[in-house]
Amino acid sequence: MTDAYIFDHVRSPRGKGRSNGSLHQVTPIDLATQVLAAVRERNELDTSKLDDVIFGCTAPVGEQGSVIPRLAVLNADYDQSVPGKQLNRFCASGLEAVNTAAAQVMSGQSDLAIGGGIECMSRVPMGSDSGAMHADPGFAYKSYFVPQGIGADLIASLEGFTREDVDAYAVESQARAANAWENGYFSNSVVAITDQLGNVLLDRDEHMRPGTTAEDLAGLKAAFEIPGQQAGFDAVALQKYPQVEFINHVHTGGNSSGIVDGAAAVLVGTKAMGKALGLEPRARIKGFSSIGTDPTIMLTGPAPSAEKVLKRCGMAVKDIDLFELNEAFASVVMLFMRQLDIEHDRINVNGGAIAMGHPLGATGAMILGTVLDELERRDQGTALINLCVGGGMGTATIIERV
Amino acid sequence: MKTLDIKTDSDGIALITIDLKDRSMNVVSPEFIVEFDQAVDQVAGDENIRGAVVTSGKSSFIAGADLLQIVDEIVPGGDPKAAFVKWSGLQQLYRKLETCGKPVVAAINGTALGGGLELCLACHHRVAADNPKAKLGQPEVQVGLLPGAGGTQRLPRLIGLEAALPLLLQGTHLSPGKAAELGVVDLLVSPGQEVDAAKKWILDGGEAIQPWDKKGFKVPGGAGLMNPKAIQTQMFGVALLQKTTNHNYPAPIAIMSAVYEGSVLPIDTALQIESKYFAEMLTNVVARNMIRTLFVSKGAADKLVRRPQGVDRSKVTKLGVLGAGMMGAGIAFVSARAGLQVVLLDRSKDDAEKGKDYSRKLLQKRVDRGRMNADAAAEVLELIHTTDDYADLDGCEYVIEAVFEDRGVKADVTAKTEAVIGSDAIFGSNTSTLPITGLAKASKRAESFIGIHFFSPVDKMPLVEVIVGEKTSDTAIARTLDYIQQIRKTPIVVNDSRGFYTSRVFSTFTREGIAMLAEGVNPALIENVAKHAGMPVGPLAVTDEVSLELAYTIGKQTKADLGDDYVVTPADDVMETMVVELERRGKRFGAGFYEYADDGSKRLWPGLAKHFPLSTEQPSPEEVKTRLLYVQALDAARCLEEGVLTHPADADVGSVFGWGFPPYTGGTLSYIETVGLKAFVAEADRLAKTYGARFQVPDGLRGMAESGNTYYGLAGKGEARTAA
Repeated sequence: MTDAYIFDHVRSPRGKGRSNGSLHQVTPIDLATQVLAAVRERNELDTSKLDDVIFGCTAPVGEQGSVIPRLAVLNADYDQSVPGKQLNRFCASGLEAVNTAAAQVMSGQSDLAIGGGIECMSRVPMGSDSGAMHADPGFAYKSYFVPQGIGADLIASLEGFTREDVDAYAVESQARAANAWENGYFSNSVVAITDQLGNVLLDRDEHMRPGTTAEDLAGLKAAFEIPGQQAGFDAVALQKYPQVEFINHVHTGGNSSGIVDGAAAVLVGTKAMGKALGLEPRARIKGFSSIGTDPTIMLTGPAPSAEKVLKRCGMAVKDIDLFELNEAFASVVMLFMRQLDIEHDRINVNGGAIAMGHPLGATGAMILGTVLDELERRDQGTALINLCVGGGMGTATIIERV
Repeated sequence: MKTLDIKTDSDGIALITIDLKDRSMNVVSPEFIVEFDQAVDQVAGDENIRGAVVTSGKSSFIAGADLLQIVDEIVPGGDPKAAFVKWSGLQQLYRKLETCGKPVVAAINGTALGGGLELCLACHHRVAADNPKAKLGQPEVQVGLLPGAGGTQRLPRLIGLEAALPLLLQGTHLSPGKAAELGVVDLLVSPGQEVDAAKKWILDGGEAIQPWDKKGFKVPGGAGLMNPKAIQTQMFGVALLQKTTNHNYPAPIAIMSAVYEGSVLPIDTALQIESKYFAEMLTNVVARNMIRTLFVSKGAADKLVRRPQGVDRSKVTKLGVLGAGMMGAGIAFVSARAGLQVVLLDRSKDDAEKGKDYSRKLLQKRVDRGRMNADAAAEVLELIHTTDDYADLDGCEYVIEAVFEDRGVKADVTAKTEAVIGSDAIFGSNTSTLPITGLAKASKRAESFIGIHFFSPVDKMPLVEVIVGEKTSDTAIARTLDYIQQIRKTPIVVNDSRGFYTSRVFSTFTREGIAMLAEGVNPALIENVAKHAGMPVGPLAVTDEVSLELAYTIGKQTKADLGDDYVVTPADDVMETMVVELERRGKRFGAGFYEYADDGSKRLWPGLAKHFPLSTEQPSPEEVKTRLLYVQALDAARCLEEGVLTHPADADVGSVFGWGFPPYTGGTLSYIETVGLKAFVAEADRLAKTYGARFQVPDGLRGMAESGNTYYGLAGKGEARTAA
């Protein structure tokens, strides 16, 4: 098997996913184009050497439809020989795209590829692609579907996490993200997004609220209490988990991932191709795994997917220096830490999606890049990147610096 | 023809008048299907016929399917492919009607339900008489079925999914006015005008084509997931559906799926989808259970199937009610509402007035909601005479005592009453636990002494349990049943025993729940699983409601009465701990298994974990459910074998309407048949070995399982339906 190496990664800053967000005026094709252009320019890349550009996208409809990575390839004036592929593994799409690019390299079918992702949530709202998961009566019934927020609150109810616990986690996420930005930990990887006149629209994650305190968060309303109680979702959750007396609604906009716009790209290839193009390998993609767990909670995939990939790589939790688990909801990360017995200082050390936002299709590629930068900064060796995924799945990747 | 008549007028309009000769109401019977098919052929084939109007020769249009026929033909666990072939005939007939090439109008003169409304939906135009008593709807879901003659497809195409789904999922009855507002009916006319108005539509050039057969047809409001609004409708709809059905009822989700899948298809394919789901329901035991118990057996009970023969029909004009507490007040209310004069007696006139206040409150609520006018409410109140004087009971043909559950108090009021009332008056005791034969000892006329057990709250609970004492006469039984029919409740008749049937069996449920708590089962699991199994309230919550103290007192009383025969269960210790040691005596006292907040909410008392520590190994939800349902079913089986019950149908009706045993099971004994007798016995044997003698299988049930019989098989089909 050929080894797959990471040569570079870039990401856009994350814009608020609303009509007042700084990236709201940027079309998805434009955002993807700017990220791809940055990869080429930073690496003086001969794009004709690329075998594929794979992007995750969870709502590939409307402006994000028609295989957006191929369109972005053309729009970015990459060599027209470069194909594009869009894939969807819900929230892990960006990581899955990197894994798929790596898989092509590892299997000897590609020498150089880009994996990444895009989601302009302000323009193509979450759920735009609809789907049987929520809306086919027979399936939603059979699978005891409830929205993810109810699943997150269900985790808190099962594990006894209180509102104070999850808020405390969120305060720390904000503090870590603010600290990382202040000290420039992200500056090497974030490319400013500009308009057609060259004006910078955004060069910093704008969803963050540095200085957020527990008191600030305590005032927020539980986001899923009303749908839980009035639309019947709590009742459905209890039918699956009758050991819980009631759903304790602890998640709010303040301790859940933010809705944002963003895109990211990771350049992956063989050592030989890197050498030929003068690219320095920064890390090796050691392995990756996905797994399915209970679709009702929907958010319990991380630990089993982590264990699966650790086993596949012949490693143990202690062999991983840094963990990066997407902060979909505070309870997801807290459960993961409990299950794998990981101290908070080894995971999401520069904050996460609670502070900076979660552009669904892109996040996986973004956090892989973030933790690679941090390994380099700390001069540590290994990281495990992991996301909880719709439908109850989990996807995990282990990288190792070279 | 036996079910309809066709007359063609000078304008060439055929008037099809449906009138089933030997029935009081029109139903979609096999003969009707054959004859209506011929009628459609005639309309289509006769060139002198320009169009047709369908109406009814009775006061109602068509009341629906013939459930007595359907229940016999449902094959639980049968082959749905065969059912598909067998049951799509009516649907295809209605399709033939709407594509016959000539305009057909429904002249809806009265109630049109189920297959009756489906016929109307298959017509090209619907005219309804504005008769506020008429009901239009698709109530199939209430007996475990779905509309199988096009209702799930035509209704959404006519009024949109969002409006159609609630009608189909709840079986809502609409007045003609409301139906017109929603678009189910096209035109509302004065009663008697509907046929003329229907003919006029044809003469004015009404088209012989349905909207959904026209090119470019779109379902109003859109359908399918390409319609963004649909996602919300479906997503919230399915969650609410699960909340109300707890995954126990297959029909609602089948209806929702049929609508969801069918509404994006051409009508003919869509109808096939409907038929597939319909076939599945017709081979599902739940439909059999629901039709048999909720319709056939309840109908028979309402028509007094257990009334002894040879006693003249009677009517109560003046009723005495002793004790104006919660139960007495409720009995007075329902009786006055049925037009009876009521003498409501208590120790003081003030106390009696307090009981009458209950009626005032309920009537005011109805007036406020516009469901009753103030004059009618005043008339009802007028009928209730409050007093503390036994002499006022003079002239009562029936007296019900609802005083404190104490033998001495009851004996006292019995004597005082018998001193006043006529020699042929009946005395009914609304005791819920004390054996009637014992109470009758205080009576000089034990043959006229009977148990008449109401459920709380009386105005809401449909069942009345009639308890026959050792000396109770047939006349007393018959007249008690006549009275129950007068107040429009459903009676079952049982023989005397401690707790009779309902209180006795229901207490096995609460005690089993409490026993699990004692074993260290997570109380949330007990409560949730009970509700998910279909019980209205968890065993701990309901014990809190009736009060732990009462349950404890009854237990002590029973122990004292039975002496060595008393079988101690693990629940006894728990109740003693709760009542005596912890002084958590129930909701009324502000604390029980639950703690009660000022805002009316409640949570399981966290202290339970200290006194009844959780065991490290918790049972599966399935095991908890099995214990809670089996313990009741087994005791019901014992009641039948001990002669407390005389008919399996009474066990089923009594359990569903008395204490809310889950309707999808069909009742306590139908539940055993649902599991299958052999499988049930094997599982009960396992439970008996694990948890104790309360799960022991009675001999009769074991024998039936071995010989391959069933309760209803032995009772015979005629049994439940003699009077249906």
